[in-house]
Amino acid sequence: MLTCTAPVHQPRSLDEAIACRAIHPFATVLAGGTDIMVYLEAGSLKPSSLLDLWKVDALRGITVQADGVRIGALTTWTDIAREARMPAALRDCARTVGALQIQNRGTVGGNIVNASPAGDSLPMWLVLDAVFEVRSWHGTRRIPAAEFWRGYKRMDLAADELLVGVHVPAVSGDVRYRKVGTRLAQAISKVVLGLRVATVDGLVTEARVAFGSVGPTPARATAVEHALVGRALSPETVDNAVAALQIAPLDDIRSTADYRNDVARRILRAELLALARG
Amino acid sequence: MPVNFTLNGRGVSVEATPMARLLDVLREDLRCTGPKEGCGEGECGACTVLVDGRAVNSCLIPVIQVEGATILTVEGLATDGRLHPVQEAFVRCGAAQCGICTPGFLVTARALLDENPHPSREEAREALAGNLCRCTGYQKIIDAVCEAIVPVGTAGC
Repeated sequence: MLTCTAPVHQPRSLDEAIACRAIHPFATVLAGGTDIMVYLEAGSLKPSSLLDLWKVDALRGITVQADGVRIGALTTWTDIAREARMPAALRDCARTVGALQIQNRGTVGGNIVNASPAGDSLPMWLVLDAVFEVRSWHGTRRIPAAEFWRGYKRMDLAADELLVGVHVPAVSGDVRYRKVGTRLAQAISKVVLGLRVATVDGLVTEARVAFGSVGPTPARATAVEHALVGRALSPETVDNAVAALQIAPLDDIRSTADYRNDVARRILRAELLALARG
Repeated sequence: MPVNFTLNGRGVSVEATPMARLLDVLREDLRCTGPKEGCGEGECGACTVLVDGRAVNSCLIPVIQVEGATILTVEGLATDGRLHPVQEAFVRCGAAQCGICTPGFLVTARALLDENPHPSREEAREALAGNLCRCTGYQKIIDAVCEAIVPVGTAGC
């Protein structure tokens, strides 16, 4: 029991939260606590103060808009898993985050700004062409997911900004999600894959392939995407797409580079072939 | 700071550090020792309680976040001296060995059964995946959860 005695700022409205962030840019932002509370108990995080967003209800919930779906940053994985209007693959992804207790508290925004290369949902935002909405006292910025993570745990988010929501545009194609960990539940990923492929008259018109846990940030595999677009999703195309994959994973406590290299290619092949079968 | 919430149907007010873990406030300040500390990092589920009906790890919740919430621990499962059906099923099926995981399993199962009174084994396994039993007595736990709510006289674990 390492009770953290730092002061906690607890805004009740979005305006108050934004103002609070401007005044306390070095406060540790707290949402569902599923990462922060672990760091505090381990003694690896010693914040001077915390900014607790949990009571800011305006940051919660899913709204359907003309051009897609907007997800508030405090929306939990349970909320996503239960939302029928969400892409099925994103709901599948939500059900792999920790287990039920974590899904009931862990938030979409927390997963994004914790910025772990192994973050379960991060490849999904890349393949769904999601746009992150960040807000500060100065206004709102909208940042495509593909431009958000800049390096290991570094992201395009200023000290006075808060991630307030995620916009998921209405996109075409079949979306798939695959996570490989030590077991199905309560496991941090060794490799995580998001995939979206749209076809017209048998030819791939749009492809998004993104991996997590195989580099310092979640990232799109653009060479694989190029190997798919304009072609029929035949076994040969799948072979060429898998061969085009360029990743440089590391050995770490959860897995080895060799294993990740093998598994990334195997699950990419398996998911592409599953799409080809329809 | 004072924090107010409902614990097992009773309003409580407790003086606590805002970032104190709900688990510690329950056990040390309120002497509600059903929730156990296993891992202290949200992996094992021994500290599971229901906050506003949802199963959560009380080791990962700063007490400041439960102001105004309704909390249920294993102590609140029985009503008027009668065990909840899932507790009776655990007894009937022999679904406890050393017992330290049992309070967590019981409240997680309660949350599941409130929403889905007749879960399949697969649904029960997924819902209970965040509760670990070091004695590995999972089969009888799943038996108990799946047979907790059945017409009287037809239970058979």
